[in-house]
Amino acid sequence: MDGIHDLGGMSGFGEIVVERDEPTFHEAWESLAFGLNVLAIAQLRAYNVDEYRHAVERMSPAHYLTASYYERTLTAVATLLVEKGVVDRATLLARAGGAFPLAQAVADVAPDGVTPPPEPRFALGDRVRVREMHPAGHTRAPRYVRGHVGEVVHVAPRFSFPDHAAHGLERRKEPTYHVLFSAEELWNDAAGSGESVVVDLWESYLLPAESGSGGVEPVDG
Amino acid sequence: MAEPDRPAPVARRAFALREELEERGRLEPGQLEAIAQASEEQFDWRNGARVVARAWVDPEYRERLLRDGTAACAELGFAGPQGEYIVVLEARPELHPVIVCTQCSCTAWPVLGLPPDWYKSPAYRARVAREPRRVLREMGLELPESVEIRVWDTTAETRYLVLPLRPPGTEGMSEERLADIVTREAMIGVARVPAPDAGA
Repeated sequence: MDGIHDLGGMSGFGEIVVERDEPTFHEAWESLAFGLNVLAIAQLRAYNVDEYRHAVERMSPAHYLTASYYERTLTAVATLLVEKGVVDRATLLARAGGAFPLAQAVADVAPDGVTPPPEPRFALGDRVRVREMHPAGHTRAPRYVRGHVGEVVHVAPRFSFPDHAAHGLERRKEPTYHVLFSAEELWNDAAGSGESVVVDLWESYLLPAESGSGGVEPVDG
Repeated sequence: MAEPDRPAPVARRAFALREELEERGRLEPGQLEAIAQASEEQFDWRNGARVVARAWVDPEYRERLLRDGTAACAELGFAGPQGEYIVVLEARPELHPVIVCTQCSCTAWPVLGLPPDWYKSPAYRARVAREPRRVLREMGLELPESVEIRVWDTTAETRYLVLPLRPPGTEGMSEERLADIVTREAMIGVARVPAPDAGA
């Protein structure tokens, strides 16, 4: 989804405030929110980490931007535990003594039908273009690189494809590629000089640069 | 019953979810506190400082670290969740790496710890990919135009650690003392490791 979480490159957020000698958790409830997520994923096995990330992304944009990191965690955990039937929403409201805002409903997502080739499709030095994609569900291809051309600088091992894993679709593993983009390629006349960005991208997000078309499935070769 | 329109305080919401899970027998009292405490102990950025110090004094370790970060960190006992595939980015005089996760706040927990608030802030996540030199300058790191700044966005499963430049004036320092001067900010790439104070 083209959600509020996909912040890379947006303007208007102001200065970055660094707290000296910052504690890991500022308040007791923050450590509970963190612990609840670890418990739900690792021990209750109620959902996976991709579903968790997507639940955070499904928060309403206004809530997302005003919530602290651990409020986003808490909201995602509660949303998923309600959706999975582990807890009951009405009981949660009663216990909280007020509203308990949850994330918005998950979109219906169909499998993409891609079968990754047995060997990595791209190699070091290859020029690749990020597909111009706008999926309804979870994806880890940030908007700011879609449609842009970069160079493969590292081939990482195969990892579970999040666009499927976040939606309970058939799990598959694909290589991910560290793709180097020049600032000029991404930001055009707003680019700073002597700057570049590397983004770690699943194979399905990428096309050979020469193909030129963002939306068309590449031909194996 | 009409739903309340005012959100309960966030702490109250967290306690409500804990109570509900306890009531349903999915959670033991004290279990969440134990998870959080164990995580704070296991995921400590000072682990990363020890990796950096070792790499500064041991050229063979440095080579292993840059070739296979996961294995080299595990050599020192640092492995686990969010550290399954660690790639170490070498800061060089002419090329300065800086780490971000623009879409959430992914971090190499075993060596960088649970991330600080500034790293998780919308401002850092939005801005550093687009105007890194300005962001670093605002955060106190002024790099000349001749130094390329390369931003690494943690969008998939690789977790990054910056191997900072060893500051001048540290030639005779022990590995232990070197680990003490490494900062978390330097291992994310928003600072350099400061040279030790004269006479310190």
